Amino acid sequence: MLKFLPLFFANLRRKPVRTSLTIASIVVAFLLFGLLKTMEGALSLAADLAGVDRLATMHKVSMIQTFPISYVNRIRGVDGVVEAAPFTWLGGIYQDERNQVAAQGTDPEAFLKVYPEYKLAPEQLAAWLSDRGSMIAGRSVANRFGWKIGDTVPLRSSFFRKAGGGDTWEMRLVGIYETTNGDNASLFFHREYVNESLAQNQGRDVIMFIVMKIANPDDAPKVSAAVDALFANSPAETKTATERAFIQGYANMIGDIGAIVTAVATAVFFTMLLVTGNTMAQSVRERTNEIAVLKTLGYSKRVVAGLVLTESFLITAVGGAIGLGLAALAAESVGATLAQFFPVIGIPSSTYVVGAVLIVLLSVLAAALPSAEAWRLRITDALRKA
Amino acid sequence: MSEKKVLVRVRGLAKDYKRGAETVHVLHKLDLDIQAGDFLALMGPSGSGKSTLLNLIGGLDRPSSGEIEVGGQRIDSLSDGALGRWRANHVGFIFQMYNLLPVLSAERNVELPLLLTALSRSERRKRVEAALTLVGLADRAKHKPRELSGGQEQRVGIARAIVSDPTLLLCDEPTGDLDRKSGDEVLNLLQALNERHGKTIIMVTHDPHAAARASHTLHLTKGQLSREPEAA
Repeated sequence: MLKFLPLFFANLRRKPVRTSLTIASIVVAFLLFGLLKTMEGALSLAADLAGVDRLATMHKVSMIQTFPISYVNRIRGVDGVVEAAPFTWLGGIYQDERNQVAAQGTDPEAFLKVYPEYKLAPEQLAAWLSDRGSMIAGRSVANRFGWKIGDTVPLRSSFFRKAGGGDTWEMRLVGIYETTNGDNASLFFHREYVNESLAQNQGRDVIMFIVMKIANPDDAPKVSAAVDALFANSPAETKTATERAFIQGYANMIGDIGAIVTAVATAVFFTMLLVTGNTMAQSVRERTNEIAVLKTLGYSKRVVAGLVLTESFLITAVGGAIGLGLAALAAESVGATLAQFFPVIGIPSSTYVVGAVLIVLLSVLAAALPSAEAWRLRITDALRKA
Repeated sequence: MSEKKVLVRVRGLAKDYKRGAETVHVLHKLDLDIQAGDFLALMGPSGSGKSTLLNLIGGLDRPSSGEIEVGGQRIDSLSDGALGRWRANHVGFIFQMYNLLPVLSAERNVELPLLLTALSRSERRKRVEAALTLVGLADRAKHKPRELSGGQEQRVGIARAIVSDPTLLLCDEPTGDLDRKSGDEVLNLLQALNERHGKTIIMVTHDPHAAARASHTLHLTKGQLSREPEAA
């Protein structure tokens, strides 16, 4: 097949604008596909990494509703709960709107009990626990902004304003955590440090969710029911579920990502099928005489159809590879921007496998009719028309 | 005069076409023997069936009835695949409109028949170079067809036809699109291939000047052959 390469490339160069536009369309299709799969992967990976022995409590209405911090201590008293950690999203911005960080206020001691997979060097741990104005960060976020231990970092909030004015809190970076769950883009600080500077009814003494560690994962339904029963008929009723369900619920706020990916990808690839199929059909129609000449020279139906199929594959493979490559680059750069929402983000390796299958499928389907046309072409008819 | 072997034997050859409800009889029970090493010119008015006969002898089309034997092999009963392989090994085609692939250089065009063989790249290159040298276009190897004159394009077409060293060359009005000077060059080349390299050539032409270069001329009228005296 290698000896036919000059023929393939010469044919691709025959109509460079048409070939380039077709490849560009395929690039866009695979780029979109790669990004959607990245989004889907980011959401499902976070859910996959959720601890089986953790439950999350949020406001019954929605995750953006807050509820009192006093709930934490009441939950700690529920049978089967080992520890409960409060969380508040800061909506953190570092220096520029584009630099969004996944900054969460919590109770450090409780946090480390609920999430033992987050590890800190002893001196860093001691520093974080003792300094209310301190924070810890994942390796990638620290590297991204060039932060070093000891640096004081101003973090602006998109949600909160200080009672005395201003929306920026300075926090000292005292530790870089290591974790086994893939999250190396988050930032955790003392919730109380931000809370004490807020005005009443401006986010003070309220939190967004609580994550609790339970003694026995099998008791999850019972503990969830007991927690929600505590706050039944209160102004802020709660909804408690496993951490996985909680993260999945968070994902579902955006929509059923799996269905969106499938629907968009199907529409895009169907369109691509038409575009590539049309290009190949046009290309074969323009070359009727040349195909007849090849057949005259002894090229069999199979070889001629194979040439059309391979040409279609080359176009699709080049477009697909560039598209997926761009998606990987985009995932990396978008990952930094979306770190606030998706600490674990990157193009899943399965995307390349699915992408390769799609490349083969698309090229075969797009070339099916033109190949059949080349297969059936009668030499004498084609040469007579030329 | 030495006894020559019959290379092409045609017996009772008929070819009919359907045109709507009507059947057009192009060739009628035609018999023909062509000796190995002959240079035969096939003349006749348009629609007389010259190209059809050429296509049938070259295995590009199937007869409605009758037999065609080339080099002792019945080609009318070969499968499509076997007929393709037979063409690749035994026949070189030269067309009126040259039919070169415009996207390929002269050498790549000439190489096309060899891509079907098991020859190595270097062996293919040697053969392509030899064929282009034979037609006097070694210095134009890298040129695309649009960068060549009509006569040069036809010579590339001839190089492509002979590169796999076929026994039979079939030419369908090879000078029909050329001026007299270029046409003469092409005819000189065909004559040389016939006389010096022993190629058997069947040439369809309207041009008596071209037919005069052949060793024999046959006239085809309404699907029937009539033999003319040997050309001078």
